[in-house]
Amino acid sequence: MMKKTLKIVVLAKQVPDTRNVGKDAMKADGTVNRAALPAIFNPEDLNALEQALVLKDMFPGSRVEILTMGPGRAAEIIREGMFRGADGGVLLSDRKFAGSDTLATSYALSRAAAKMNPDIIVAGRQAIDGDTAQVGPQVAQKMNLPQVTYAEEIVGVEGDELIVRRRLEHGVETVACRLPMVMTVNASAPECRPRHAKLVMKYKHAATPSECQLDEVNCYAGLRSERPYLNITEWNVSDVDADDSQLGLSGSPTKVKKIENVVFAAKEAKRLTASDQEIDTLMKELIASHTLG
Amino acid sequence: MANFFSDNKDLQYHMNHPLMKRIVELKEKGYADKDLYDYAPVDFEDAQDSYRRVMEIIGEICGEVIAPNAEGVDHDGPKVVDDHVVYAPGTAQNIEALTKAGLFGLTLPRKYEGLNFPLVYFVMANEMVARADAGFENIWGLQDCAETLNEFASEEIKAKYLPRVSRGETCAMDLTEPDAGSDLQAVMLKAHWDEAKGTWLLNGVKRFITNGDGHISLVLARSEEGTADARGLSMFVYDRNHMAVKVRRIENKLGIKGSPTCELVFTNAPAELVGDRKMGLIKYVMSLMNAARLGIGAQSTGLSEAAYREALKYAHERMQFGKPIIEFPAISELLSNMKAKLHGSRAMLYETTRFVEIYKDLTHISHDRKLTPEERAEMKAYTRLADAFTPMLKLMASEYCNALAYDAIQIFGGSGYMKDYPIERIYRDARITNIYEGTSQLQVVAAIRHVTTGTYLNQIREYEGQTYAAELSHVHNKLIAMREQFEKAVEKVVTAGNNDFIDFHARRMVEMAAHIIIGYLLLRQAGEVEDYRNSAEIYVKYGEAQNAAAAQYIATSSVDDLGLMTAVQQEH
Repeated sequence: MMKKTLKIVVLAKQVPDTRNVGKDAMKADGTVNRAALPAIFNPEDLNALEQALVLKDMFPGSRVEILTMGPGRAAEIIREGMFRGADGGVLLSDRKFAGSDTLATSYALSRAAAKMNPDIIVAGRQAIDGDTAQVGPQVAQKMNLPQVTYAEEIVGVEGDELIVRRRLEHGVETVACRLPMVMTVNASAPECRPRHAKLVMKYKHAATPSECQLDEVNCYAGLRSERPYLNITEWNVSDVDADDSQLGLSGSPTKVKKIENVVFAAKEAKRLTASDQEIDTLMKELIASHTLG
Repeated sequence: MANFFSDNKDLQYHMNHPLMKRIVELKEKGYADKDLYDYAPVDFEDAQDSYRRVMEIIGEICGEVIAPNAEGVDHDGPKVVDDHVVYAPGTAQNIEALTKAGLFGLTLPRKYEGLNFPLVYFVMANEMVARADAGFENIWGLQDCAETLNEFASEEIKAKYLPRVSRGETCAMDLTEPDAGSDLQAVMLKAHWDEAKGTWLLNGVKRFITNGDGHISLVLARSEEGTADARGLSMFVYDRNHMAVKVRRIENKLGIKGSPTCELVFTNAPAELVGDRKMGLIKYVMSLMNAARLGIGAQSTGLSEAAYREALKYAHERMQFGKPIIEFPAISELLSNMKAKLHGSRAMLYETTRFVEIYKDLTHISHDRKLTPEERAEMKAYTRLADAFTPMLKLMASEYCNALAYDAIQIFGGSGYMKDYPIERIYRDARITNIYEGTSQLQVVAAIRHVTTGTYLNQIREYEGQTYAAELSHVHNKLIAMREQFEKAVEKVVTAGNNDFIDFHARRMVEMAAHIIIGYLLLRQAGEVEDYRNSAEIYVKYGEAQNAAAAQYIATSSVDDLGLMTAVQQEH
């Protein structure tokens, strides 16, 4: 039978908001100009968080924790998660992580996740800044856990198995999977619940030790000792007992050869009358361009 | 991402009034809740930070959910199915979004699961919701009924109902009947004590009840058999779970179409008595009405904001004679006056709210402990100011939102008359604000005694004595001249020694006072923030001209005019 309460870890990433791209979104060298784009909670990770919270609702007393890797300011998305119902989180932050590709990232995340000892890991399908959809599956592989990808909704529980509906290219598939497991969630899944007023007020002072060092005045030190949940855990490489050679640039086999700025040129629309002759001409054109036939 | 809080600097300005420190201290009772509730603030800065964050959430829901739903809600409207109200789909979505974000029970104490926010922020939230959809503001804003329960009901009733409001159940206040509108003393709905069942039972009909099928209703009913006046009326609370009230029909209205206006039939509906018998109209309805009038002030200001923004946007977009129409002086003058009235409405809205808030918070504290003599004096002074400012606010803000909606359509021209733009809905929605919760004419009746007893004049002198920016001394001087002119006009009317003559000029005199008061509020703001300079100048120019006309009318008027104006009564 399923345990009565679960420990749920949500993998989340702070990403530049590529949906609202302006002219200065890219630097001259073709890399993303992160300073010009607002940092947001990766959208599909929010869908993942919602599924984690649904599980928590199904198993009252369960804990939802956000695990994120990034610079100090990535703690913002842990707070954001707490405002929506997560109980806390871990910020994985170390200079040695810099330059990680998906393989090195998955390694680092899997080390931290193993330490958190979750019953289920939920992640967004992919991040909008990389679009690889590799990290979730790689974490599962490294932790030797079964995985359900493209999940849309947790349908229920049968015995010790979670029943999950997957959204595939040509339809849906409902699968059962035993815990512990990894699940990656699609954007077609239900939207994440909004920030809750009481949770915002409860958790707004939550901070990592590094954030507190930066701003001691607004850190509410007294409150922090009375309310342990205001302390966001921060781990570095040695905290997760990771092998340096598998981290950062040295752990990343991906080598970027070239980045090109692609500008989509909008083509002019063609307006035709319904005459046989014009349709005939169009058909010949389409066949010639291999659009048809 | 549209956010109706972040995009509105004027709202944010009103968060930072010097009186806020006192208000928050009173509301938080010295921040005592911090040891009991994990979401209670620990000090003033912490509290203000929490309010700001929650206002941002509300602003986001208004911009992203409620406003985009408004057109569909206006079109679909609520329906009656099996004697009960079914909201338009958009209305249900709005309620769901606000419930999920924990935004009901905004002002209720934490022990009833509320957020314990100061009234100022409830008003601010109402204003944003009204800007998004004025009809929906009625449904959400009616949570204010819970404040009346909190003030007057027994602990048992409070413990039963208030947490439900905090969880998102909606309220209604059932006052009006077919033959009892403005004259509520005529209420006939009968309440009788049923000894066998051990409960009060309600029987009769209510009409024009906003959100009449809400979960929790406050009902004014005749509990004393054989009476025919206010002293026979008591206040009851009815729980919809009893299913003993049927919605006979909902009205097909000009505006606020998403807000169901119900005719209700009570058949042996069980209800609980709120407070003391016979105090229903005399005490509790007065409290409800004052809160509701403040709510209409907020609704009107939100509508004015919406109308101004629509007009400004259109005036920039619409090209005629080769340029955007905002570049024509006739259009920019309209917009300038609209903006000044909008800022003026809002200035008066928050000044009034602060007055109401301080006296209400002190009243609550007086239930727990004896007030100090200073506190008692403070409570008395603010009660008086709240009494004087509430009807004046309701009068001015609702008339201005009608004026703004009218002018906005004028700027849109023919396009504004079509269903293609939201401005036609705003125009229809605005029309109710100077009618319900007491017509403008009735607000004048409530306000006039503060003209004759000098409450307004004293407050004007108080403002006059404050220090204003030196470069605005010409505006200050105008306001001083307007005060002298006002005193002269009032003296002439009062010394005639005829109450009908006072009534005849009442609106003119109340409005004269209002123009001066709003002028001072904007003058103060202009000294603090450069952005208000134009509004202060423009508003006082406008008020000066209006007052001159009123003064002229009064100066040349005599009691003979009464006959002139009543002659029409003979016509059929």
